[in-house]
Amino acid sequence: MISLSNVYKCFGTQTVLNGLDLEIPAGQITAIIGPSGEGKSVLIKHMIGLMQPDSGQIEVDGESIVGIRRSKLNQIREKFGMLFQNAALFDSMNVFENVAFPLQEKTKLSKDEISVRVLSALEDVGLKNVGHKFTDELSGGMKKRVGLARAVVLNPKIILFDEPTTGLDPIIKRAIHQLIKETHAKFGFTAVIVSHEIPEIFDIAQNVAMLYQGKILQFASADEIRSSTHPVVKQFISGSLDGPIQMI
Amino acid sequence: MVQALGHTTISFVRELGRLGWFLAYSFYMTFRRPGSPVYILKQIKFIGAKSLFVIFLTAAFTGMVLGLQGYYTLTKFGSEGMLGTAVALSLIRELGPVLTALMVTGRAGSAITAEIGIMRISEQIDAMETMALDPFKYLITPKLIAAMIALPLLCAIFDVVGIYGGWLVGVKLLGVNPGAYFYEMEKAVVWRDVSSGIAKSFSFGIIIAWIGCYKGYFAGHGAEGVSKATTESVVLTSVLVLVWDYFLTSVLL
Repeated sequence: MISLSNVYKCFGTQTVLNGLDLEIPAGQITAIIGPSGEGKSVLIKHMIGLMQPDSGQIEVDGESIVGIRRSKLNQIREKFGMLFQNAALFDSMNVFENVAFPLQEKTKLSKDEISVRVLSALEDVGLKNVGHKFTDELSGGMKKRVGLARAVVLNPKIILFDEPTTGLDPIIKRAIHQLIKETHAKFGFTAVIVSHEIPEIFDIAQNVAMLYQGKILQFASADEIRSSTHPVVKQFISGSLDGPIQMI
Repeated sequence: MVQALGHTTISFVRELGRLGWFLAYSFYMTFRRPGSPVYILKQIKFIGAKSLFVIFLTAAFTGMVLGLQGYYTLTKFGSEGMLGTAVALSLIRELGPVLTALMVTGRAGSAITAEIGIMRISEQIDAMETMALDPFKYLITPKLIAAMIALPLLCAIFDVVGIYGGWLVGVKLLGVNPGAYFYEMEKAVVWRDVSSGIAKSFSFGIIIAWIGCYKGYFAGHGAEGVSKATTESVVLTSVLVLVWDYFLTSVLL
């Protein structure tokens, strides 16, 4: 379980996280939604220690990740996998090497065993025959799928997805969502998904957290959020220009 | 105005602290987890072998111009026989290490910054961290070790090519006695001259890798951030090489 309590984060004079409290339940898919620029990616980066809060506490399975030594943080990070917004594939490596990299560096598996695991992970994401391709030869959707294969290849307990479907066409979006759902069902990891895809995200998330003005405005099941009467949540879900959220 | 001055001072001190921490941590990782020999060899190839052409070219013409200028000066005192000594000492003690460092800064230092900077802005470094892998082991220490090995070797090649460049102009074009060129050189150049050149190029290797990696690692946002980091890296490395050269010369002289 990931737990954040009273987390503050400022960039210059802008307060991004403003006393945020959130508990991510273990083994479930939790989506974080909210208007652009509200700090969703900042929040997810705090969960894995890529950013440190100005104050507040963040715990993963009861262990604090705030202000701890890098070696200790790396021990905790071994529980995680992460799919970045732009997949963040290593552009000096081909697809196979990208997925094999964490296995080579974090396990003592033989070359053959690594090869079997990589091909299986690529097959799971429908990319069995692209191992030899370099990342600049892939489409956006393929990159995301390779990123997903890399994120799950070590069977992590927790996977963070930072806008996994942004910029993709509707069919690929649906395919990626389906893939997340299927891999979650297969491996049973805790998933945190930052997403703008409304209402599609409600089909795969068990819980939804609405981030607004640096705080979690509402945390509830997908169905409860869908039928929320809170004016901010309601406006955000409906995409209406009229309401308390003033974007322009 | 006072506030702006204070802000600039604090930023400067913070930057110095971060630079110092970066170097210290790079050395710590170099001894603790130097990274795979494959990564190090790849970097030696990139920093060293791929700089050979530019080093040959620069060294040859530097030696040739030293031959010309040295001959012009020495004939005024009737000592053109000392041309080999003048060329060799200038190259081995000073020009070899400094010009090698400046050429490698332009060719490899800028590329190191751009490579790491692009990895930073495209979140590849973050991806490595999320896998509980230390980016220093894969990106920084191989480059640091490679630069410490490659620079003295490149400098040695620079010296030899430069000496033959001076020989070509002095002996073949201007008629200096070939025996005198090498004999006087052999008499005048001592091990201390050579070792000071090696020490200089070794430390310049550290500076090139340190600043190149640092500027890339902390590159700003987008293509502009990487371009700014690359420019700053080349300028700062070149200035530091020249400043450090002065201090080192005053100690090693």
